[in-house]
Amino acid sequence: MNPFDFRQPDTVEEALTLMRDLGEDARVMAGGTALVIMLKQRLVMPDCLISLQKLRGLDQLEVTNGEVRLGALATHRAVERSPEVRSRLPSLAETYAHVATIRIRNVATVGGALAHADPNQDPPVMLLALDARVRLTSTAGSRQVAIGEFFTDYYETVRQPDELVTEVVVPALKPNSGSVYLKFLPRTADDYATVGVAATVTVDPASGTCQECRIAMGCVASTPVRVPEAETLVRGGNRLTPELAREAGALAQRVTDPISDARGSAEYKRAMAGVFVRRALEQAWQRAVASQANR
Amino acid sequence: MTHTIRMQVNGKDYTVDVPSQRLLIDCLRYDLGLTGTKEGCSVGVCGACTVVMDGALISSCLTLAVLADGKAITTVEGLAHEGKLHPVQQAFIDYGGFQCGICTPGMVVAAKALLDQNPHPSDDDIKDWMMGNLCRCTGYYKIIESIRGAASRMETERVS
Repeated sequence: MNPFDFRQPDTVEEALTLMRDLGEDARVMAGGTALVIMLKQRLVMPDCLISLQKLRGLDQLEVTNGEVRLGALATHRAVERSPEVRSRLPSLAETYAHVATIRIRNVATVGGALAHADPNQDPPVMLLALDARVRLTSTAGSRQVAIGEFFTDYYETVRQPDELVTEVVVPALKPNSGSVYLKFLPRTADDYATVGVAATVTVDPASGTCQECRIAMGCVASTPVRVPEAETLVRGGNRLTPELAREAGALAQRVTDPISDARGSAEYKRAMAGVFVRRALEQAWQRAVASQANR
Repeated sequence: MTHTIRMQVNGKDYTVDVPSQRLLIDCLRYDLGLTGTKEGCSVGVCGACTVVMDGALISSCLTLAVLADGKAITTVEGLAHEGKLHPVQQAFIDYGGFQCGICTPGMVVAAKALLDQNPHPSDDDIKDWMMGNLCRCTGYYKIIESIRGAASRMETERVS
């Protein structure tokens, strides 16, 4: 690891000022589980490292106006165990619980993971299917970005060097909705997925037909991707038949552009994307129907 | 850039000067001489470098030493008490939970942390918690047996 200047601001304002003054010469570190590896491998060689460890605040997990707000410095473990998240968005808590190992989840943060923007991560896929928004804050002010517009390429986002991810806002699930994240792990339980798929569906209790549908995939492109054609297909159908789910999977395969690696060839990942979109739709649908039975 | 950090390791206070890029595992092993903690993969996957920092399991190979300033750390050296092995350590011996031993310090630290939080883990709880600690010798059955054995031994000690 190359030497660097190390700064530990106590407040968000101090951190933002440092980020503004140092610009691209500095890297910001929250949990550091990804960044330390990149530093070791000299993939990044910043003059200065700004650690957020001493910041107070920004780790809240709370519900306001029915929306779940995840503070950027909340750890994966905190999200996984949060009673608010588990009761309102169980699929999101499950997704964070599926990330890597307990050691990583104890340290890795919500905001740090988003800023890292590895397309193999799990939470961005679920957050995309839940229509979340990312808040970016700088000394000049603050803006919200739809998560669908946040990621731009491998390890690239719309975040500017002086902007800090400060929170993620996740809308409540509509009544009669079901949501799920499926992680395909053919190698080891702590691995990145070969394919990750999230689906959220809302089922009209009177007619039993689909009102809303969002499908997102990870590990199959340079960013997490949605599948608008398959969503339209499912929304336009009556009920989720096995044929419809399979057809949605086939449409999903078309928007994939995976790379071959140790977790599978491009062809294999594309095939599995279809399978897991079908399964995710079926499971989200079952959860939506079950939520009606429980009312 | 050098930093003076103060941390408590296994109940003992240390003050040590480290450069910004010093990793916690190197600080423990080379600055403090606590070589029980091992380095395996160096990327947070294998679990050999597992330590407890302020109550949470972490990979010391992914942690900058400066971030341990003001923290309390437990390494494998801190498990035995007054010359008597911790029940988890004793169980790994009794149940043959290791062969070459390089994964063992991380294994026993992780297992102790599990039993501190969940004194009666199911086999699935054990597998889920320990899945980030890799062993390349024994296979995992004896490790699970060791943790199960330690749990029942600790339960007996609590009762008596």
